[in-house]
Amino acid sequence: MLIEIFGPGCAKCHETEKLARAVLNEAGLDAQVAKVTDFKDMTARGVFATPAVAVDGALKCSGRVPSRKELLAWFGK
Amino acid sequence: MKLLETGREANRGCSCAGGKCPAGEPVAPSGGGTLKGRLALIVALAFVWWFVYGMLPAFAGYLAYDLLGLARGSRLGGAAEFFFYDTPKVLMLLLLVVYGVGVVRSFFTPARTRRLLAGKSEAAGNVMAALLGTVTPFCSCSAVPLFMGFLSAGVPLGVTFSFLIAAPMVNEVAVGLLYVLLGWKVAALYMGTGLAVAIVAGFVIGRLNMERHLEDWVRAARPNLAAAGAAEPDEPEPDWAGRLDAGTRAVRDIVGKVWPWVVAGIAVGAGIHGYVPEGVLSAIMGKSAWWSVPAAVALGVPMYSNAAGIVPVVQALLEKGASLGTVLAFMMSVIALSLPEMVILRKVLKMRLLCVFVGVVGLGILLVGYLFNMVL
Repeated sequence: MLIEIFGPGCAKCHETEKLARAVLNEAGLDAQVAKVTDFKDMTARGVFATPAVAVDGALKCSGRVPSRKELLAWFGK
Repeated sequence: MKLLETGREANRGCSCAGGKCPAGEPVAPSGGGTLKGRLALIVALAFVWWFVYGMLPAFAGYLAYDLLGLARGSRLGGAAEFFFYDTPKVLMLLLLVVYGVGVVRSFFTPARTRRLLAGKSEAAGNVMAALLGTVTPFCSCSAVPLFMGFLSAGVPLGVTFSFLIAAPMVNEVAVGLLYVLLGWKVAALYMGTGLAVAIVAGFVIGRLNMERHLEDWVRAARPNLAAAGAAEPDEPEPDWAGRLDAGTRAVRDIVGKVWPWVVAGIAVGAGIHGYVPEGVLSAIMGKSAWWSVPAAVALGVPMYSNAAGIVPVVQALLEKGASLGTVLAFMMSVIALSLPEMVILRKVLKMRLLCVFVGVVGLGILLVGYLFNMVL
């Protein structure tokens, strides 16, 4: 599973990344977490608000920090 | 994908899968609970708020004169009383304003704003963009993706600028604080003129045909933007419990972040209140000094303060004889034009367009300052 966190590196983006890692850990899931910080890459992927999260290439949310519950659902738990 | 079925919540069904989850639910839900439970808590907290707020003047006097033993009528005593009264007062009012704003903002998202602005003609689009700029929540580091999103929806460049100017300038926290500290007239003037500057400046930039001064990668990406936008997820609409939680989250995020600015602002305000003699400012910041408005703008642009921190300073300056136009111009240039924002916008705008942006907005603020000094 590939989890991408989109954001230039602001507080909310860090919060999202931390939360995603914590949820993965708790659920005992093994996944690769990648950060996308380049605006050009974000634009190409249709990310028009940060922070955004994509799982296996599909965008799940943008413009907010997702909840624990949402993350678990996206991770297939 | 490796699944280890060890998690406690592994077999628990999740309502989010159906897309019924309130958007941006708090990271750690405060006990879950129902709408009724939240409303009861809000009413209880409102009573406590009201009670504490009524005690503040007595509390400030006691702290400054009895506990610290400062002499009544002395400069230090006056400054201390101002500080001890204003700090809790402004913070409590801020709490109220931010909570309300948080709830209102849950009705708007950048994606919805973009849809509303797509296909709008220029003049009407500028007006709408400026209004939406005041209420659409977006993280300041999201400005570039937001800009690209607007382009993807075919929002004209000038309309996009109206949004980008209004968003920081007509800060709803500043409007709320001006209203409670200085009355509805000042708040309405600030809001009205801020919107006017955003509308006119955006319109002017749109007329200048600056498209070729967008960065090259922006222009290269433009034809493919609509296709990229198809990947955007649909955000679920929050229910009322979710909206109230959005208010709570706004309080935690915003008040948690701006309180040092507010305290610093009040300390400066207290110093002005206690030590600057009555009327002294009218010579330098009054109507008669023609150069005071450009000086205020020149001073304000490189300065950066949170909107909530600048309001107590404004209050103290006005009290000592500074004129409203000069003070409004100062406040607008401090919060609307800031170095961090320029650095972010430079990623999508070439230097020339960035300078035009600063120039047009700065000129607009200047005119507002002169206008009020002349009329009032």
